[in-house]
Amino acid sequence: MKRIAVLQRLTFIAGLLAALPALAQDSGTLKKIKDGGAATMGVRESSGGLSFTVGDGKFAGFHVELCQRVLADVQKQLGMAKLDIKYQPVTSQNRIPLVQNGTVDIECGSTTNNAARQKDVAFAVTTYVEEVRIAVKAASGITSIAQLNGKNVATTTGTTSVQLLRKHERATGVDFKEVFGKDHADSFLLLESGRADAFVMDGQILAGNIAKSKNPADFKIVGEVLAVEPIAIMIRKDDPAFKKTVDDSLKALIKSGEMAKIYDKWFMQPIPPANTRIGLPASEATKAAWANPNDKPAEDYAKK
Amino acid sequence: MSNWDWQVFCKDTIDGEIVARCFGGPGDLTYLDWLLSAWGWTLSVSLLALLVALAFGSIMGILRTAPNRGLVLLGNAWTELFRNIPLLVQIFLWYHVVPALIPPLRGVPSFILVVLGLGLFTSARISEQVKAGIQSLPRGQRMAGLALGFTLPQTYRHVILPMAFRIVIPPLTSESMNIVKNSAVAFAVSISELTLFALQAQEETARGIEIYLAVTGLYFLSAFALNRVLHFVEQRVRVPGMIGGGH
Repeated sequence: MKRIAVLQRLTFIAGLLAALPALAQDSGTLKKIKDGGAATMGVRESSGGLSFTVGDGKFAGFHVELCQRVLADVQKQLGMAKLDIKYQPVTSQNRIPLVQNGTVDIECGSTTNNAARQKDVAFAVTTYVEEVRIAVKAASGITSIAQLNGKNVATTTGTTSVQLLRKHERATGVDFKEVFGKDHADSFLLLESGRADAFVMDGQILAGNIAKSKNPADFKIVGEVLAVEPIAIMIRKDDPAFKKTVDDSLKALIKSGEMAKIYDKWFMQPIPPANTRIGLPASEATKAAWANPNDKPAEDYAKK
Repeated sequence: MSNWDWQVFCKDTIDGEIVARCFGGPGDLTYLDWLLSAWGWTLSVSLLALLVALAFGSIMGILRTAPNRGLVLLGNAWTELFRNIPLLVQIFLWYHVVPALIPPLRGVPSFILVVLGLGLFTSARISEQVKAGIQSLPRGQRMAGLALGFTLPQTYRHVILPMAFRIVIPPLTSESMNIVKNSAVAFAVSISELTLFALQAQEETARGIEIYLAVTGLYFLSAFALNRVLHFVEQRVRVPGMIGGGH
């Protein structure tokens, strides 16, 4: 008898857990924003020029500004007099669950759009295409990945670059010694202190770290592009009305040329908090994504 | 729970395909292979650090009860130095700062540095416990040993320490379990242990819940196994009539 009661309770709890995501999805994001008078934007503490904190609970960056524009359009579309934007810092570990369970309505960080994630969430049209590159000390004479045989290569724990290096290692037989930094600043310190000979990471993160370093001329970004990844604004899955609003708003920004201007503001001009310039012009891949707005996952880029 | 997918551990770490029997061959690792190797690193760091901690902790604890001001000062300074700096900061000091000051240390693998860092941090706590164990004995024990003609080291070896160590086995058990959990800081200096595995594998597979549950289970198992081993030791060495040994 007792066992049956426990079983029943367990199935009840399991049922509750299964019902939770369904509840979150039943009410569309647009309705949720209208009813609550507020939208929650997921932001990153430190994702290069895309999304970062300027201290004091304030956030800025290319994707943050795009989302502010998008939410302004949402407000117009819903005919709301006032729309509160709440900023919720997220990490690469919790961003997907927080979007799924409704804590975050629109995530504006540096999330790669890939097929595995499309099972759990949806992405707006790609607004930035990241190229994974290699940063080395300018004096090292390293110019390509083939020269990294037997060298220490730094990358950051919890990023797709770790897997990328592993794949590359097997495909080409180049044997790196990987060193993992706990965050990008830590990985860059490994390169700076000489513990690593190279730092493999997203181009804009490398450029941003070099720009902030004591002596930017000591470092350079070299070699072939190791991977191309579409970075996009992330929203809940199966919410076509909200996705259309977000996509339309982004497409309008592209069409009017505003997109390129906002890009220039965050990647070419001095940005807070230290007034440094990242100095990374929009890549051909990014321009191609703007010319032909789409939400294709990273896997489609790899095939090319 | 309905959407859990435990097959994630059978996936190859390079192409993400599910491998039959869940173990990869040479050069092909599955997440299960990686998880087990990460567990191995966690256990290696923890057990070696525990040895370092027991060795230095016991010595420093004993010095702090010695009838010599210099030795007491040394033991106290050691303990206060290592227990008043946060563990993660100590690990970074060992990894980034010490090799910058002492260039020959640059070649030392980060594994050795983290074993030293974690071991010395814990030695401060163990020294405190060993000192407390020795001080909990009646002062007459030491005097009796000396009166019988033992030298001071002999008194410690044959009279004081056999009792003191039996008294401090329970707190030492907690400390040993703590070291397993504290070994998670090793991920910060690029040791491929369970925490690093969890952070990386959940990013690659997008199956965070399954990965974290497995890692949680292994941490629990490791700490609990140490607990049982030390409990066994406690039972085996107890002396009827002594503290904790009478019943």
